[in-house]
Amino acid sequence: MTKTSNQELLVAAIKDGTVIDHIPSSRIFEVVGLLGLQGLGSAVVVGCNLESGQMGKKSIIKVADKFFSPEEVDRLSVVAPGATLSIIRDYNVVEKHQVKLPAVLRGIVRCDNPVCVTNNEPMPSRFHVVSPSKVRCHYCEHEQELSKVQIQG
Amino acid sequence: MHARKSFVSIAGLSRKDILHLITMAAEAEREPNRKILDGRIVATLFFEPSTRTRLSFETAANRLGAKVIGFSDPKVTSSTKGETLNDTIRMVSNYADVIVMRHYLEGAALYASEIADKPVINAGDGAHQHPTQTMLDLYSIYKTQGTLDDLDICLVGDLKYGRTVHSLIQALRHFSPRFHFVAPRELAMPEVYKQQLTEWGIPFEEHTELDAQAIGSADILYMTRVQRERFQDLAEYEKVKNLYVLRASMLSAARNNMKILHPLPRVNEIAYDVDDTPFAYYFKQAENGLYMREAIICDVLGIKL
Ligand SMILES: [Zn+2]
Repeated sequence: MTKTSNQELLVAAIKDGTVIDHIPSSRIFEVVGLLGLQGLGSAVVVGCNLESGQMGKKSIIKVADKFFSPEEVDRLSVVAPGATLSIIRDYNVVEKHQVKLPAVLRGIVRCDNPVCVTNNEPMPSRFHVVSPSKVRCHYCEHEQELSKVQIQG
Repeated sequence: MHARKSFVSIAGLSRKDILHLITMAAEAEREPNRKILDGRIVATLFFEPSTRTRLSFETAANRLGAKVIGFSDPKVTSSTKGETLNDTIRMVSNYADVIVMRHYLEGAALYASEIADKPVINAGDGAHQHPTQTMLDLYSIYKTQGTLDDLDICLVGDLKYGRTVHSLIQALRHFSPRFHFVAPRELAMPEVYKQQLTEWGIPFEEHTELDAQAIGSADILYMTRVQRERFQDLAEYEKVKNLYVLRASMLSAARNNMKILHPLPRVNEIAYDVDDTPFAYYFKQAENGLYMREAIICDVLGIKL
């Protein structure tokens, strides 16, 4: 009980916005980066290493007055496949869902093949999700582990 | 937008597609000179030099009556001035009816085919694909054996990096082949391809020696170069380099119908005394490339031979 209220203190409630929960703590700053949260004008609260029954330590991000586009949610699904999104309106959770890895990732993952055309042309990358842990480049067909991918800048 | 049909990869070709192109190539061979592409323009864009492949494509285009534009040395083009592939392809697709492209980047041909509003033919994209080579290999196998079905295919040499052997495996999966792989351990067929073969239910055997047993069990002996620079351990290269050289004296156990293929150019992996045996087919194989490329150019333009 005490623990929970401490966490609530750490991560204050927001009136309108989005809560991203169940982010692996090791990837929290990647999530901040890939969603461009540091450049937002509105309040962003980042809570790291909070106790979580399911995943040991988890991290959480609350973003005021921001509702993510499907494209942004796809980006999130790559680094935090188990994350949940809660849409907050007037302090109430009006919608909650787990992010889902789409079948095709466009412009998100960087190909690990240096001689792939996507690393040498001004173009978005394109990957097919071949298993829950593996993606294949649409162009050069190299496969990568999802847990090791880099995000296309 | 009109329907366009590029030819960038072997992976998507069905048994029917392959046999259709073989029929077209046979028709092109029956009458190589026909002016059916009179007034059309074929662009050959070689961002990486390959005289052999370029001459084959340009001869094919000329024999069909098309005009050829393009470049064979990227140093003289704007790609060295920083023009993107995207811009070059958009510009050229305003001029030409077909784009034949060789590029050092993997996936470049597929990307070009998405940008261009004209068909793109992949003449090699780095270590990735060289599908017209595979099609001319298949045409050569078909011509010499009278079928693609149920053959013993022996692949020799660099089976690790050789893209031609990987594409050949992929294409032949439709024709119930039996594969025999002969390679030094360092250049053995990668696991991923062997797994695929197992999934497809295609049998294969692995050998490290090019001996009478391997040669005698083949309908097709497909030779590739064992290149020094592929070895991490040069002592290992010195040990194996002569094991994969084919000589006429090794052919006594060969089947009568057996033919030797090689993507050329060869270095020393086929001794010159093999050239005069009835088994040598590699020069004819290169000539077959001309007919197959005529067929592919026509096919992407929606012309039936
Ligand atoms: Zn790639």
